[in-house]
Amino acid sequence: MALEFQQLVNAQGESLTVEQAIANLRQTADPSLRYYAAWWLGRFRVKEPAAIAALVTALDDETDRAPDGGYPLRRNAARALGKLGDRTAYPALMGCLDCADYYVREAAIQALEMLGGDACIPALRAMLAGGVDAATQVTGKPHLVQPYNAILEALGSLGARAAVEEIAPFLNHPVPQVQNAAARAMYQLTGDAAYCDWLVQVLQGPNLQLRRSAMMDLGAVGYLPAAGAIATTPAENSLKLIALQGLLEHHLQAMDFPANPLSSDARQVMALMDDLL
Amino acid sequence: MASPSAELAVLIKAVETADSKAGIVQAVRALSAANHPEAVPTLIEVLGYNNPGAAVAATEGLVSLGAVAVPALLEQLDGHNYGARAWAIRALALIQDPRALNVLVETARGDFALSVRRAAAKGLGTLNWSKLPKAAVEAAQAEALTTLIETLADPEWVVRYAAVVGLQALALASASAADRIGAALETAVEQDLVLAVQARAQMALDNLNENCSTGMETQE
Repeated sequence: MALEFQQLVNAQGESLTVEQAIANLRQTADPSLRYYAAWWLGRFRVKEPAAIAALVTALDDETDRAPDGGYPLRRNAARALGKLGDRTAYPALMGCLDCADYYVREAAIQALEMLGGDACIPALRAMLAGGVDAATQVTGKPHLVQPYNAILEALGSLGARAAVEEIAPFLNHPVPQVQNAAARAMYQLTGDAAYCDWLVQVLQGPNLQLRRSAMMDLGAVGYLPAAGAIATTPAENSLKLIALQGLLEHHLQAMDFPANPLSSDARQVMALMDDLL
Repeated sequence: MASPSAELAVLIKAVETADSKAGIVQAVRALSAANHPEAVPTLIEVLGYNNPGAAVAATEGLVSLGAVAVPALLEQLDGHNYGARAWAIRALALIQDPRALNVLVETARGDFALSVRRAAAKGLGTLNWSKLPKAAVEAAQAEALTTLIETLADPEWVVRYAAVVGLQALALASASAADRIGAALETAVEQDLVLAVQARAQMALDNLNENCSTGMETQE
C-alpha cells in the first residue's frame, strides 16, 4: 500500500485525483482528457467500481476517432481494464473482439488474457480461421489482418490445449514475431522444451527486434534454462532484467517461495541479474 | 615507430572521424583497449553520441582506467546531455571510487530514469571504502546506508532490487550497519510487492547469515 501511495504522489506534474480522473473519463466534451484519464486509471490501478463502469462505457465510444478510423479511447480503456483485473468488464471486452479497429481487438485480447478464464477461447480460435494463408498483411497498414501475436500468446497462457493444431502452423508464418508467439504458446500448451530452445536460438540471431521479442517470450513462459542466454544476448539491460524477472518469478511460484527456501536455480538467476544492474 | 602518444592521437582521430555507427563503435573499442589516461576526455565525449554500442565500449574503457577517469566523469555530470549523464553514472558506479558518493546519493534519490537510479543504488553499496581516509569512512557509509534504505521504497521494482544488492555489499563492508540492514532486508522479504525483490532480499539475508557464521567459526 505504501508503494501505491508513493506512485500517486510521484505522478505530480501530470497529477489527477481519482475523482477527477473518473469525471474526466465520463465527460464527452474533451476527447484528450478522456484518453488520458483512461490511461491514468489503469496506470494507478484504480479499481473502484465507478472507474470500471466508466471504462466499460468508454469501450463503446464513438466520439474519439483517429485519422486511420480507429478508436483511441476504446484502445486505452481496454488496456486499463486488463490491468484492473475486474471480471465485470469481461463481457464488454469480449464484445471488442469484433471491433473494426485492429488495435482495439489487440488490447481487448491482452486484457482478456490478463483477466484469465477460458470463456474467450472459442472467439480467439475463430480469429485464427483460415490459418496461415489468411494471416496476411492489410494493404497500406503496418499490421496483419488480425493481432496474431496477441491471439497466440493468449491461447497459450489461457491453456487452450484444444487449439494446438490451429496454432502449430503459425510456427511457419512468414513474420518472425508471429513464429515466436506460436513457439511460446506451443511450449505452454505441450510442455515440449524444444519450442523454447528454438526461441533461445533466436537470441543468437542478428536481428535486435527479434532478440528482444524472444527474450520477453522466454521470460513470460518462465523457461529457466534460457537464463544464461538472456543475460548474454546483445540487448538492453533493462529488458534483460525484465525477462529474467519473469523466469525467476515463475520458478519462485512453482517452488512456493517464500514458504520454502531459495533454490540454487533461483540464486543463479539472481546472480545474473545482479551483474546487469 | 610512433611514440605512444602519437599512436593515441591516431586512435582519437579515428573516433572523431568515423562516419558510420559501426565504424564509431570499432574506433571506440580500439581507443578503450589502449587503456591510456589521455583517452579519457574523448571516451567521455562518446557517452554523449547517442550510440549505445559506442557508449558501452567507452564505458568499458573508462571503467578499466578506473580512478584516473573519476574527476573528469564527475565534471561531466554538470553538462546538459542527459544520455551522457546516465552512462557517466554507470561508469562511476562500476569504478567504485568513493569520490562519487555524493553524486550516487543524489542520483539514487532523485533521478527520473529508473536505469540510472538502479545503477546508482548498486554502486552506493559497492564503493571501495578503503580509498577513503579512515576517519571519513563511517560517515560516508552512514550516508550510503540512509540512502539505500530510502531507495527500498522506490516505485520501480528493479531499483528496489538494486538497493537490496547494494545493502548486501554494504553490510559486508560495515559491521556497524549490518544490524539495521538485516532488519530492512527482513521487512523487504515480508512486505515488498514484487516477488523478485522479496527473493533477492532473502538471498542477501542468507548470504549475510552465512558470512556471519563462518566468521564465528574462524574466531573459535
